[in-house]
Amino acid sequence: MSGADSQTLKRTPLYDLHLSLGAKMVAFASYEMPVQYPMGVLKEHLHTRESAGLFDVSHMGQAYLRTLEAPLGSPEAHASIAAAIERLVPGEIRKLKQGGVRYTVLLSDDGGVLDDLMIARLYMDQFQGMLSLVVNAATKEQDFAHIEQKLDGVAALEVLSNRALIALQGPKAAAVVNRLFPGAAEQPFMSVRPHYWPASDDGAFTVVSRLGYTGEDGFEISVLDTHAMLLAKALLAAPEVEPVGLGARDSLRLEAGLCLYGHDLTPEISPVEGNIAFAVGKRRSAEGGFPGAARIQQELADGPKRLRVGIRPEGRAPAREGAEIQSTDGKTSGAVTSGGFGPTVNGPIAMGYVDAAFAATGTPVSLMVRGKSLPAVVADMPFVPHNYYRG
Amino acid sequence: MSAKYTEDHEWVKAEGGVYVVGVSAHAAEQLGDVVFVELPEIGKTFAKGDEMAVVESVKAASDVYAPISGEVVAVNQAIVDDPSQVNADPQGAAWFVKISASKPAEFDALMEEAAYKDFAGAS
Repeated sequence: MSGADSQTLKRTPLYDLHLSLGAKMVAFASYEMPVQYPMGVLKEHLHTRESAGLFDVSHMGQAYLRTLEAPLGSPEAHASIAAAIERLVPGEIRKLKQGGVRYTVLLSDDGGVLDDLMIARLYMDQFQGMLSLVVNAATKEQDFAHIEQKLDGVAALEVLSNRALIALQGPKAAAVVNRLFPGAAEQPFMSVRPHYWPASDDGAFTVVSRLGYTGEDGFEISVLDTHAMLLAKALLAAPEVEPVGLGARDSLRLEAGLCLYGHDLTPEISPVEGNIAFAVGKRRSAEGGFPGAARIQQELADGPKRLRVGIRPEGRAPAREGAEIQSTDGKTSGAVTSGGFGPTVNGPIAMGYVDAAFAATGTPVSLMVRGKSLPAVVADMPFVPHNYYRG
Repeated sequence: MSAKYTEDHEWVKAEGGVYVVGVSAHAAEQLGDVVFVELPEIGKTFAKGDEMAVVESVKAASDVYAPISGEVVAVNQAIVDDPSQVNADPQGAAWFVKISASKPAEFDALMEEAAYKDFAGAS
């Protein structure tokens, strides 16, 4: 990394911790982030699936969105802010419960995915009319500008640049988080709960969400930057926890069949093509009223022309992003958008786009890797079963 | 006889009239956990600098270049069967290929261990 790069790269509040843990740092989404620790990508990945991994995801964009059309906490406040954000996303926000979280997408006018994001309805009565948003690091500036422009005068966006985000993922995450945040182990999947942490005079408002990007049970904790180091060290002090870098974050989410924005989802791809039609609410698809509704409704009714599918190469060679996917008669059918080695699968896995005619599970395809044609089949995702908390 | 090195992080050792080739300990560490190795067929010939083998970690794929011109006379199937050996013993058991050199003078031009350590430390 050149000196000029490192001067312009941003750092999270946990930067010094990463260095002290021996992390290898890389540039990612204009941040200097840990790609791996001395344990290495493979063991970090397996440790997360067996126990618990700590991830610094403070580079992601956090914001509150507040209605300007009803008083906070009033009976109509949630319906008001839900109607506002539903002009930009196809997800069911109106029917979210207090403290509920929805995965959905920001749409362009022609129904392409501008970003994928988490939208939470705040838990406490006095904050009804407010949503919290978590968006991707690489797109956060443009996302926030888009939301402010489209909802000007209707809702106010407050970007939370003073908050870190720390994820703890894995089957033992709940036991660890519950020691610091009592009740977290019983918190529903896809929910947020507010805490005052630490429970002392210099504590701060901290939000625990139960969700993640690994396919495992887990949490993302939004904490003031001044308290981030304290929280990360408290979590790392648990014998179950090891720090995990971006390398294993990528292999974990790939095995879980989850999209990486900018690779598996782009502004040209609709949520139906992206095989994330669950990001479109049933009421929403029936009613429309979101950008690109006509295209998305038609694709839901008739099926999309292309679809994101899982792919299992038959040999040991991984197929990386950009590898051409061919039908068995040698015609181009699409391209790999994410691919590599799945440590839990113990073999190569990929996802990519194929013509709808080749999207059925078990369809044989060929992957062009280094000029050679490798046999592969369309496979179900996730590659590793999800292990979410179901109460 | 000690190994010599290329700027692409291959090592080469002269042994019994042929040249044994692998990737350096420094390269293996930079790659991280190796999960896939592809080796050339025995009998294939390469010019110095040609892409000769592929080594992939969880993160990325890297080419291994022929450090010396010649014909492949042996390949190490053990690292294809268990790629983690490349991390465990990169400059010993995890050799990649043996080459019968067509231009043995190319070997003399490679870096000595001390020069390579300086080079790898700075890269």
